[in-house]
Amino acid sequence: MSFAWTLTALVIVLAIIWRFLGKYMASVYEGRVRWASFIERPLYRLLGVDPESEQSWQRYATALVVFSGIAILFTYLMLRLQGYLPFNPQHLPGVTPALAWNTAVSFVTNTNWQSYSGETTMSYLSQMGVLAVQNFVSASVGIAVAVALIRGFSRKGSRTIGNFWVDLVRGILYILLPVSFLAAIVFMAQGALQTLAGPAHIHDVLNGVSQTIPRGPVASQEVIKQFGTNGGGFFNANGADPFENPTGLTNFLSIVLILSIPVALTYTFGKMVGSIRQGVAILTAMTIIFGCWLAIGAIAEHQANPAVTAAGLTHQTSGNMVGKEVRFGDTSSVLYNIASTQTSTGSVNSANDSYNPMGGFATMTGMMLGEVSPGGVGSGLYTILLFAIIAVFIGGLMVGRTPEYLGKKIQASEVKLATLGALVMPITVLILTAVAVSLHSGQVGPLNKGPHGFSEILYTFTSVTNNNGSAFAGINSNTAFYNILESVGFILGRFAIIIPTLALAGTLGAKNVVPASLGTFRTDKPIFVGLLIGVILIVGALTFFPAVSLGPIVEQLTTKKFF
Amino acid sequence: MLLHVRRSLIITVIFFASLGLMYPLTETAIGQAFFNHQSNGSLTQFGSILVGQKWAGPKWFQGRPDPYNPMSTGGSNLGPRSQALVNDVAKQIKILKNEGIAPTSGLVTTSGSGIDPDISPAAAYAQVDAVAKARGLPVAKVRQLVTNHISGAQFGFLGSPYVNVLLLNEGLSTLK
Repeated sequence: MSFAWTLTALVIVLAIIWRFLGKYMASVYEGRVRWASFIERPLYRLLGVDPESEQSWQRYATALVVFSGIAILFTYLMLRLQGYLPFNPQHLPGVTPALAWNTAVSFVTNTNWQSYSGETTMSYLSQMGVLAVQNFVSASVGIAVAVALIRGFSRKGSRTIGNFWVDLVRGILYILLPVSFLAAIVFMAQGALQTLAGPAHIHDVLNGVSQTIPRGPVASQEVIKQFGTNGGGFFNANGADPFENPTGLTNFLSIVLILSIPVALTYTFGKMVGSIRQGVAILTAMTIIFGCWLAIGAIAEHQANPAVTAAGLTHQTSGNMVGKEVRFGDTSSVLYNIASTQTSTGSVNSANDSYNPMGGFATMTGMMLGEVSPGGVGSGLYTILLFAIIAVFIGGLMVGRTPEYLGKKIQASEVKLATLGALVMPITVLILTAVAVSLHSGQVGPLNKGPHGFSEILYTFTSVTNNNGSAFAGINSNTAFYNILESVGFILGRFAIIIPTLALAGTLGAKNVVPASLGTFRTDKPIFVGLLIGVILIVGALTFFPAVSLGPIVEQLTTKKFF
Repeated sequence: MLLHVRRSLIITVIFFASLGLMYPLTETAIGQAFFNHQSNGSLTQFGSILVGQKWAGPKWFQGRPDPYNPMSTGGSNLGPRSQALVNDVAKQIKILKNEGIAPTSGLVTTSGSGIDPDISPAAAYAQVDAVAKARGLPVAKVRQLVTNHISGAQFGFLGSPYVNVLLLNEGLSTLK
């Protein structure tokens, strides 16, 4: 019953956020919000940027790639030099090269895959000054790309798609930082850590136990990790750690923060293209997919864990509690992990690896659909718009006329770019998984045996290429082999989708608008929503069904057999 | 191209100073000033109420069979078809039965954090008889102690009801 209330509260809160944050973001990226211009203007002067002058898609993309490259380099060096830098009360040494490389690329691409345990690897400076900064920056880059694509639809005959530097700064200054600042205060009040003092040593005279308790500036990092759909935890246990996510309220707020921007961007989209109904259509498709996957996960985790049953506990009243926290219970745990895997967040408040087979299926395949329901900040919207272009193209083929979307003719070059953007992810995931399962260095990774071991590898490459970062965490991926192979997934999954998307923004922006006629396929009607969901599901199923069959599906069908 | 590099370098330094230092240090100042107890780890004389500890039964209420090493958090990550998980759970069921405690799913499984500080109300009630017997206390008194320590779901619907094991045992230590 309390789950029904949680869902109701979530829907109401997100509806309000959708309306108001969505409208606000449109104003931010159209340059109408100016309350922090006293910070903005000197900053542009320092950078030598004229905020009024815009860039072609090529210049926009070049700036984005160069900036991300510098960010990777900076992050890498700071992690390597950690031992010589301040805010390091545990005197942790520099991070090893392969791990520093993996972590740098992972955080800059909004993935936040973590091959390390924060509590014993990263100094406070590395956490707050290096990794958390990328949480802001990579999120702002993602939103910028989505906004550039929206401009492609909303403009006519335009040679420019915006100014990368302005979009980057405005996203952080007007959206990400203010919300994080306030949310962090709530998290601290609830019990999240926020201190620069080193670990606490305690001795409990009642039971004779001594403990070393790690601490750090957690709350400030926790909120942007959720709000920017990054997902990298301060501690290894991530959102399951009571210092990161202490209560039912912080758990709920985490879910709200994760979903806020991706959901609200559909309003921003509708607002900027001049028809909120177009945004509602996209949001409806996202919501239906999210609801179905949540149902699969929630039902699966409400069942008993087969291994616990086999051990002799036949009466389990609270669902599968392996890898879950008591204060959340089974349903709030699933809701969090589904929200986290249907966006590009990847933070977890319970161990995906210990989910029942269909629960693991739900988190894994949620990513395999391309993270579009509602997807990461920015990346969710631009990826589903690629699918929307494919959907109107297929719709056009059915009736035999040139497809249009939002008044723009969809021609060969647009369809090629959209298809390229939609297929990079599945191709990369399947090839990297195939490489890992074929080589000895890959085979030694998984903790579990049997089909679950295969799931751990498949999940890894699905997660890294979708820039998600969650894990079937039993896998030992802190090896040179995995650290480097994963970085291929991070980069292709990020930039090989962003560049075609920006190219698409360029070609669409240059086109003129054809007025809608009687024969125009309406993209704000249920039939389009159905077609869009169909395209997403069919592309996902055709590419991934064989691989998933070998993992969670065969695991679900196996009975009375343990590995 | 060089212009992009120059701008990238400048803005990276600015972001480091503002988002990487000013923002978290301001939050730290706020936390230390207004939420001193929470932001330093919710510490009591005996430990942190957010970090579970190993309590050997049946003289104390015990938590979940987690490793309770806060410097190495995380779940067991054993899958639902893992023989190792079957063995671990079977072992824990046996231990509980020997102590006269009826196993619940929380008491035989490990958590996601590996330091879960809480148990369900059912798991606490299941231990009442054994604890009362081991300490020579009246059962009704111990049962009342558990009831007093139940935290409901927040606002009545967020999360699940739980009992914090450290606070419960602190209460138990003063019970006569």
